[in-house]
Amino acid sequence: MSMKQRIIIDKRQTTLKSFFFQWEWLLILIFIIMTLVNGALTPFYLNANNLIGATMTFLDKAFIVLPMAFVIILADIDISVASTVALSSVIMAVLYNSGMPMGLAMIVCLLVGTLCGFINGILVVKFKELSSIIITLATMIIFRGIAYIILKDQASGKFPEWFNFLGWGYVGVVPLILIVFIICAVIFTFILTKTAFGRRVYAIGSNPVASRFTGIKVDKIKVIVFTLTGLMAGITALFLTSRMGSTRPNIATGYELDIITMVVLGGISTAGGKGRIYGAIIAVFLIGFLKYGLGLFNVPAQVLLIIIGLLLIIAVMIPNLKLKKIKLRR
Amino acid sequence: MKKVLITMMALTLSLSTLAGCSTKAPGDPAKTPVAAGKAKYAIIVKNTGNPYNEKEMEGYKKAIAEIGGETILKAPDQPTAEAQIQMIQELIAQKVVSIAIAANDPDALQPALKKAMDAGIKVISLDSAVNAQSRLVHVNQADPNAIGRVEIETIAKMIGGKGEIAILSATSQATNQNSWITVMKKTLEDPKYKDIKLVKVAYGDDLRDKSVSETEALLKTYPNLKGIVAPSTVAVAAAAKVLTDKGLKGKVQLTGLGLPSEMADYITSGVSTAVHLWNPMDVGYLAGYASDALVKGTITGKAGDKFKAGTLGEKTVITVGDGTEIMLGDPFEFNAGNIEQWKTVY
Repeated sequence: MSMKQRIIIDKRQTTLKSFFFQWEWLLILIFIIMTLVNGALTPFYLNANNLIGATMTFLDKAFIVLPMAFVIILADIDISVASTVALSSVIMAVLYNSGMPMGLAMIVCLLVGTLCGFINGILVVKFKELSSIIITLATMIIFRGIAYIILKDQASGKFPEWFNFLGWGYVGVVPLILIVFIICAVIFTFILTKTAFGRRVYAIGSNPVASRFTGIKVDKIKVIVFTLTGLMAGITALFLTSRMGSTRPNIATGYELDIITMVVLGGISTAGGKGRIYGAIIAVFLIGFLKYGLGLFNVPAQVLLIIIGLLLIIAVMIPNLKLKKIKLRR
Repeated sequence: MKKVLITMMALTLSLSTLAGCSTKAPGDPAKTPVAAGKAKYAIIVKNTGNPYNEKEMEGYKKAIAEIGGETILKAPDQPTAEAQIQMIQELIAQKVVSIAIAANDPDALQPALKKAMDAGIKVISLDSAVNAQSRLVHVNQADPNAIGRVEIETIAKMIGGKGEIAILSATSQATNQNSWITVMKKTLEDPKYKDIKLVKVAYGDDLRDKSVSETEALLKTYPNLKGIVAPSTVAVAAAAKVLTDKGLKGKVQLTGLGLPSEMADYITSGVSTAVHLWNPMDVGYLAGYASDALVKGTITGKAGDKFKAGTLGEKTVITVGDGTEIMLGDPFEFNAGNIEQWKTVY
């Protein structure tokens, strides 16, 4: 009897068809359609100057989308990010107005964010019976509560002139915030796709028990990812505070919803282990420009919320529809 | 192969955005936007769901309709400066000729409003001011000195000249609120009010539920509280409801800035025997004509400029602080004597 050679493929065959049926291409398609529709409905949309300026509005929360993708791939979630932004910003403002030099205050802002993320990570890892949503729900309330205790209902600001440059400044024709975001996006994409750390994140998300038995340091990786989320929240705090020129304990309210929407719309499943960061990045721009475009039509704020909500539901539903012929590869 | 395709993905993304675009270097001093068809005048109020703001928008729309322009009404769902900054950028992109804004923060909107002015858009503030560098002129409903003073005079009369009072305000950064509160505190320094003590300034954020909980907190924390001054239509209506529900009519006095339509029941029942206000529709109406005068060049926002504001007659620009303002008039008292006739007007 001749032994039939069995070839076990180590990579999925990439045919042109399977390539284009990816989630990310769907997002790009929607993006193109949206751009065309917006451009047709109003002449004001297709203006490079305005569009690039519009990115400055939504890119501040985009920084958190990057590590949040990691968190959700891990099958966890972090809803305390907005409170971390508020707390970092408030502490920075109060310290600056008590005499600390601005540069140092900015570093403290990042440190506070990192610390908040670290606390989240430790709690998630130490209390394995509690899911991350419960823990970050608690820290969400605690962090913002601390911000309120520090500033009560007041605003704090009067930052030096140069601080404005962070949120409003251009380097040539490109806004500074866009440049920083692209750099961060490249770094995070590299970590997730090209390093062992990234592979381990996927592994933990797919099967935490098996990962642990394979020797992957699940706890350590989770703590690192949550800490990174806190750090990026600190960066968001810097840019947001710079755009506002002042800060209050209630800034960034609702940011966590936008951020998670962008990640989930990007094709990253909340079940963990699936999804790619490119999707999240595309989703950032998709939602950002969609909001901007609808704003150009003076759509009331409440209707905008409904539209984003619908988009999110559709994004979660589609992969779960078992379409016999077409299976969207994620 | 995959890398090539992925790069193509990225390029398609950026190209689809820039396709058919007109590029302009940022900071290009643009000429006054020439609108095809009717000129667009925009108003941004503090937030939605507030009848006072809605009446301002109504008045503005009426004025713009009278001069033959098109109105864009914008209101954020939360009273934050972030939302207003985004709206300002959207309006710049739509090439409006003028923006009238009731600010949620006096300084945070400066970078955005400056961009608007650089683009040739005439920027004014109404009701709640932005700082003098962010606007050409501010439309003020009444002299803040008059408002602050009359509030203290009213509450002092109600509580018999002595006792503890608290102020229930809107948001903590709102320019108009802060200027009135400053005047109120100054008025209290007068020796004839020496027996009245201001124990707290609470913030209801112009949100109904927060105003209700702040009122309840005040009543609990200060059991000897005699009077509440609420210079916000949302706050005074919320406080009136709390006092009515708790049966504190007569024990805790209430006055403030209230819409006659909202406060009619409470004035009749005696929970609050007097509130003051001006007509918010007139504020919007005046802002509409002021915007038009700026766009047409009749005025430039400098002190001494005069223009005709429709049915309100002629108005003059005056210097206040380090900026210029246009005054609507004096605050008007609503009490049991006249509430019937005013409650249907606004």
